Amino acid sequence: MALRTLVTRKSLGNLGLGFRQLRGLQTYSLPDLPYDYGALEPAISGEIMQLHHQKHHQAYVTNYNKALEQLDAATAKGDSHTVAKLLSALKFNGGGHINHSIFWKNLAPVKEGGGEPPHGSLGWAIDNHFGSMEVLVQKMNTEGAALQGSGWVWLGVDKELKTLVVQTTENQDPLVSKGANLVPLLGIDVWEHAYYLQYKNVRPDYLKNIWKVINWKFAGEVYAKECP
Amino acid sequence: IMMETSWSCCTNLGPSGSSLLVTSDMSKLFQKPNFAQLCQQKKKELQGPRRSAKVHAYYGLKSPPYKLDALEPYMSQRTLEMHWGKHHRGYVENLNKQLEKNDTLYGYTMDELIKVTYNNGNPLPEFNNAAQVWNHDFFWESMQPGGGNMPIFDLLQQIEKDFGSFTNFREKFIEASLTLFGSGWVWLVLRRNEKRLAILKTSNAINPLISADIPIISLDMWEHAYYLDYKNDKGKYANVFMDHLVSWNAATVRMARAQAFVNLGEPKIPVA
Repeated sequence: MALRTLVTRKSLGNLGLGFRQLRGLQTYSLPDLPYDYGALEPAISGEIMQLHHQKHHQAYVTNYNKALEQLDAATAKGDSHTVAKLLSALKFNGGGHINHSIFWKNLAPVKEGGGEPPHGSLGWAIDNHFGSMEVLVQKMNTEGAALQGSGWVWLGVDKELKTLVVQTTENQDPLVSKGANLVPLLGIDVWEHAYYLQYKNVRPDYLKNIWKVINWKFAGEVYAKECP
Repeated sequence: IMMETSWSCCTNLGPSGSSLLVTSDMSKLFQKPNFAQLCQQKKKELQGPRRSAKVHAYYGLKSPPYKLDALEPYMSQRTLEMHWGKHHRGYVENLNKQLEKNDTLYGYTMDELIKVTYNNGNPLPEFNNAAQVWNHDFFWESMQPGGGNMPIFDLLQQIEKDFGSFTNFREKFIEASLTLFGSGWVWLVLRRNEKRLAILKTSNAINPLISADIPIISLDMWEHAYYLDYKNDKGKYANVFMDHLVSWNAATVRMARAQAFVNLGEPKIPVA
């Protein structure tokens, strides 16, 4: 457990995405979870956490690396046609890797502070912007439930305007695709794989329960860095 | 088939009804009717048009053409119960709720409703529900117990003509299912303009009716379609669909109907 935390802290320097250089080519690797698969029960089942991390996130990492390799080869040959073809694969798999890396940090077991509301500047900013935490949660749940198909619902901060925003993105589009100045504080995965085995088609129940394991500490740290 | 029933717009005469009354009132006024008559007219006016009762467009939930456990072990009863009983039913109910609020959208067949609510790329809120109702009807009918295997006769010939071989088609279809990003559907369609079969990937609720292509079979690649049975293994799901579920009978019927709209060449008239 401690070793896992160490690895995560070290990789935080590389944005937590865990990449290493090999023959001048960057490859990304699956970051470890800072908690056990079953630690988020009963809000999110261990089965889902294991599949989500070991299968889904791993697939994004693998395919991201593959696409990057193909991109490298195509750029070297000056093959713009292939480069253009790879863009959607890069956005999808790269986005998937980014989003899920943030997601694991957005969650924490209850006994490690999961669900505890934010103190400090983020808590104040939420009350100031939305009126109260309840309003923010309600807004995010509504938008998350209304999202058609697959995507994410985000709480972000505009680092230029210093304002909080609630946004949704489709598929694996990262938050920055909705605004170059947006920095994600909290993301909730509303792809069906994130909740189906446990909540079936009742996405609103998943959204209601996930707040019990949301790691506000991490969100607060990111916010404090962007809005000192 | 309840889905395709047209409802005539015979009762929503509210606004136009009352304006007609006003017009006829005005003409009567110029004729100087007696006082009693005027009172009667006024009374009718104040009561308002009688036939402004609200009409609801109702689409029904169509059952799959087989029992919910008929596709075991390839698609479990549990999946059918969730997928048809909760998701598909949910789309129907939500569509009906939306249509209750919107008078302009009833009287259409499902096909027409989809095209209208798609609104040329700027979809109305009803589009998602309408299209998903249609999509799922089509999907259940694209499968059958004891499905899979291969098509025969004309359909097989057309596939071999347009894809080189059935094996190649099967490969391309499965590849499409694996490379679809996010939620969506994989279709075998008959392209009207090119007069040939093609494989199409669509996102979320979009279907080939939008592009006026004629769908022949479909595969639901939304995660809820396979997650309970296959978890994240999309490849296994797609292969099982091809090997054990796809109804080439349904495809043949659809193909035959499609040829009423698309001329695929000289008909093969058997010589006596």
